Amino acid sequence: MFPDIIDTRPLRRAIDEGLNWVVANWGTQFEAAAHPLLVLLNLIEKLLVATPWWVIVLVLTAIAWRATRRWPLPAVVAISLLFLGVMDLWRDAMATMALMIAATLTAIIISIPVGVAMSRSVRVRHVLTPILDLMQTLPSFVYLIPTVMIFGPGKIPALIATIVYAAPPLVRLSDLGLRSVDPAVMEASRAFGTTPGQRLMGVQIPLALPTILAGINQTTMMALAMVVIASMIGAGGLGYQVLQGIGRLEVSRGLFAGLGIVVLAIIFDRITQAFGRQLQARIGLVEARP
Amino acid sequence: MSMTTDMTTEKNRPAAPTTAAQAESETAISMRGVTKIFGENPQRALNMLQEGKSKTEVQAETGNVVGLDNVSLEIGHNQIYVVMGLSGSGKSTLIRHVNRLIEPTSGEIIVGGKDVLKMSLDDLRTFRRTKVAMVFQKFGLLPHRSVLDNVAYGLEVSGVGKKERQEAAAKWIETVGLAGYENSRPQQLSGGQQQRVGLARALALDTDIILMDEAFSALDPLIRSGMQDELINLQKSLHKTILFITHDFDEALKIGDRIAVLKDGAVVQQGKPEDIVLRPANEHIEEFVRDVNKARAIHVRSIMERGATEPCELCVSQDARCEDVLPLFAEHQWVGVTDEAGNQIGRVTAKQVIKALARYTPGVGN
Ligand SMILES: Nc1ncnc2c1ncn2[C@@H]1O[C@H](COP(=O)(O)OP(=O)(O)O)[C@@H](O)[C@H]1O
Ligand SMILES: [Mg+2]
Repeated sequence: MFPDIIDTRPLRRAIDEGLNWVVANWGTQFEAAAHPLLVLLNLIEKLLVATPWWVIVLVLTAIAWRATRRWPLPAVVAISLLFLGVMDLWRDAMATMALMIAATLTAIIISIPVGVAMSRSVRVRHVLTPILDLMQTLPSFVYLIPTVMIFGPGKIPALIATIVYAAPPLVRLSDLGLRSVDPAVMEASRAFGTTPGQRLMGVQIPLALPTILAGINQTTMMALAMVVIASMIGAGGLGYQVLQGIGRLEVSRGLFAGLGIVVLAIIFDRITQAFGRQLQARIGLVEARP
Repeated sequence: MSMTTDMTTEKNRPAAPTTAAQAESETAISMRGVTKIFGENPQRALNMLQEGKSKTEVQAETGNVVGLDNVSLEIGHNQIYVVMGLSGSGKSTLIRHVNRLIEPTSGEIIVGGKDVLKMSLDDLRTFRRTKVAMVFQKFGLLPHRSVLDNVAYGLEVSGVGKKERQEAAAKWIETVGLAGYENSRPQQLSGGQQQRVGLARALALDTDIILMDEAFSALDPLIRSGMQDELINLQKSLHKTILFITHDFDEALKIGDRIAVLKDGAVVQQGKPEDIVLRPANEHIEEFVRDVNKARAIHVRSIMERGATEPCELCVSQDARCEDVLPLFAEHQWVGVTDEAGNQIGRVTAKQVIKALARYTPGVGN
């Protein structure tokens, strides 16, 4: 065995005690700070649940049509949603969708400015890259436990865990997209006397949008991948059904809810990808499809 | 601007600014001792340059690249000034100093009487919006915007209202011959059309100075030749000062009122096109001259025989080029030469033209 060089017990004790101290002294403040997230999540969930099922089917099918202007994708979306309804998964699917949408929206609000900062400064990029790696590779239970300790079990730690896991690809792809904007175009813009803000909003972000959209696509997929884990700490929805299915050894329940997650993933993956292609065609990065 | 150029306008083009004295007294752009060194330790490289080391030596010893080496240029108003050099000679670096897209390591740059290097960032933005516009080799158009919005871009950046800037843009789109393409995207256009958009975008700013970095180099030869003619006509009607970069000596001779030749970041010769063709400063320039169409570079003015002669059957302007008079010798022994007012001031013979064209071809006859 590897020789004991230092005694790690005091270090571990210090960390644990530090966390306990934070929970005891700052718990309420943290909860208050995260409250807007809860409001957002509840709002989206209430909206989705209150909306009649056929309106949601219509809206998503229309969005799919808008993204492709061909019939296959809208058909897939409509059939997938009907599947959720027929299999008695509608209510849970809406809860999961709400979690995914809330996590994605929050991730967008945080990640794009961070991506902008990374794209502008090598130093920021050097600092953030390992942190992003950590966020993606650290087993989620490791940060799930402290978040649960701070916020108590419920939707907030579930949402935070989902954001932590799902945001990094969006940060990375925003940074990449902004940096890969054709330098010739950026220089031309500079030569016309633009301010840095004008260049960012008028040139960089519009041209990076397809890449940013690819990041959003990844974020939605990763958020959906987190729903089972998130349901362990209080998020309901399809993930909870899977969990119950496992717990009660009801294979069918787990299977149907699992398929429900897959169906949601397909819907959002295909729609965001189609929008990405459309956008790329519009700014001429690839040929528009006939 | 029409696609067809008539020969007469080109013949009558003044080869030099009409008032040479004015051009000397107040230059549009003047660069004095501008040196640019790319790399970690510009000061050390700068010292080595001043000790007389070459670009290659400096690069080998310090790893720094010499972009420009003590460049001094005086560019007069209302002329096309061409900077010519091989790839890597520092042309793009030079032109980017004029609007300070690149900061020099040392030297002075005065544009329109203002010291560009002393400008604050705010002043610099205003300067770029109102005094110098630029056209790029790779066009640099915004792919997500229509042609109209691309041309209006400079005005939009300066805060001009939507209606006003789109009207101005539409006018310039028409001037460059792209009417009807207002709502197209740049990538739907051919290379030549895209560069017209680039040109219209620069013209729309209504600046006195236009910088063109190898603006025509990416175009097919025929399109390119047409664009050159159009540029000459535009310059004449709009009285712009155009700093034009090219690696093509023929292009330089065709459009340049003045030419500077750049090698390894240093200016090796500057002057009128015929100065360079008739008296190349060194072997490097002689190599260019050897392959060039001299008939295009040499004006009748510089080889004619002055004085009273019998009245001519056929006359050309003293600003005509040898290539314009050559075909006339098929029918005539000599042609008369007239000044701006149309008075005959001398004549030019076939022999003189042949002599001028043949004189500097090495290894033949002498
Ligand atoms: N940003 C830069 N960093 C380092 N070297 C550069 C940079 N820009 C240009 N150079 C070097 O400066 C020299 C002149 O380049 P450039 O002005 O682009 O030449 P040209 O436009 O005549 O082809 C070349 O040797 C090139 O490699
Ligand atoms: Mg260049």
